[in-house]
Amino acid sequence: MPRVGVLALQGDVREHVSALEHLGVTAVTVRTPEQLEGLDGLVMPGGESTTIAHLLVTSGLRPLLQEKLDEGFKVFGTCAGLIMLSHDILDGRKDQWSFDKLAVGVRRNGYGRQIASFESPVEVKGLGVVAGVFIRAPKIVSYANEVEVLATLNHGDGEHPVLVRQGNVWGCSFHPELTSDLRVHQLFTDSL
Amino acid sequence: MSSSTNPSIVGSALVKRGLADMLRGGVIMDVVNPEQAKIAEDAGAVAVMALERVPSDIRRDGGVARMSDPEMIQAIQASVTIPVMAKARIGHFAEAQILQALDVDYIDESEVLTPADEEHHIDKWAFTVPFVCGATNLGEALRRIGEGACLIRSKGEAGTGNVVEAVRHLRTINAQMRRVASADEAELFALAKDLQSPLALVQEVAVTGKLPVPLFCAGGISTPADASLVMQLGAEAVFVGSGIFKSEDPVRMARAIVEATTHFEDPGVVAKVSTGLGKAMVGAETSTLEVRLAERGW
Repeated sequence: MPRVGVLALQGDVREHVSALEHLGVTAVTVRTPEQLEGLDGLVMPGGESTTIAHLLVTSGLRPLLQEKLDEGFKVFGTCAGLIMLSHDILDGRKDQWSFDKLAVGVRRNGYGRQIASFESPVEVKGLGVVAGVFIRAPKIVSYANEVEVLATLNHGDGEHPVLVRQGNVWGCSFHPELTSDLRVHQLFTDSL
Repeated sequence: MSSSTNPSIVGSALVKRGLADMLRGGVIMDVVNPEQAKIAEDAGAVAVMALERVPSDIRRDGGVARMSDPEMIQAIQASVTIPVMAKARIGHFAEAQILQALDVDYIDESEVLTPADEEHHIDKWAFTVPFVCGATNLGEALRRIGEGACLIRSKGEAGTGNVVEAVRHLRTINAQMRRVASADEAELFALAKDLQSPLALVQEVAVTGKLPVPLFCAGGISTPADASLVMQLGAEAVFVGSGIFKSEDPVRMARAIVEATTHFEDPGVVAKVSTGLGKAMVGAETSTLEVRLAERGW
């Protein structure tokens, strides 16, 4: 049975753990560098990206996780997790850093502040329609050719990718973990 | 994939409660100006609460405490990238309408401000922006959720730097949830009556064993150890009011409370961040207080 870590510094960790366990995967919460050992993949949850970035540094996780990701560690990031994996972050803090594993540009809160947070059906390649829950969501505003777009959404200003994959790295603007539909997580766990 | 605009809805319970879910494991800090907001964000706060005076100053100054000046809230919104919350008086739906018009991310219908209505809380279902409300026990929490609150914080006693009331309220809510979860179906009707809560919500707690919305803790948290304590008692995140900017070294205190909240189960980390922090805010013995903010709300 694959062992998948859920980065548990801050955010909606419990929902990801639950989704993974329902899919028959052993889920392990990760707060320290030692807890990164022996994993087949990692989920980076939703939360506040500035907080998670800060705690990745103070916990000592950042260098080890960067090394693993550079070696091809499998990872799935939702919302804040997507931001942490992206090449380019727009409207972030000046000193905002990322692991730079997805060749996309994301705009933080690109779909607006909380008052604009929304639910919308999203059609995912090969899966059909899933429920998209977008909360102060990052918007993917650019992407390189090597990025596979698995779903897009038109929220009034043209089509923007909302679920992408680049090799072992998956990123999602919305929160499949907040719904009972496990199919997006299953795409990731099937790839392990 | 279609090229037309996808249908969407805003303000659903899922996206309102969902933002609270995204704040779990974090620290929400009271700030009174953009400089403090930057310090909070730099220290790893998940959100800031914009207000004119921290609770300990409200307590000291007396008088009527109201919603903050929109100019101050907007200046704080412009200074940080994390969510910005702001407080409205209990029952003061016009203040809440203003805060929604300002695009604040969460409205705190708060006992720290002077209540505007001694009978009714705000009908929070009428808003697109989500609300957090305080509670001292399970009945109060479920009444607020019935009115549309999407996040509950145990009240504690704001502005005291004394964690004793926060502990009392968290323990009370958790003990009452355990009681509900162990009741049989016939007992739930009487429990709903005793709790003065909507039956459907009591029945939901009986099934799930927890609140339908996240439970955070507020009121008196002023050290990393306090944060660890309330997280171990079941809080899912921590509000810190006066505890940071009334301490000797707010930058270090803010960072320390953030780390202690994440690593609350690891005493080694909490010890490390507690070392050489300088003085915490001066605390108050709650038995000597003239005004008990936690008694506001009905």
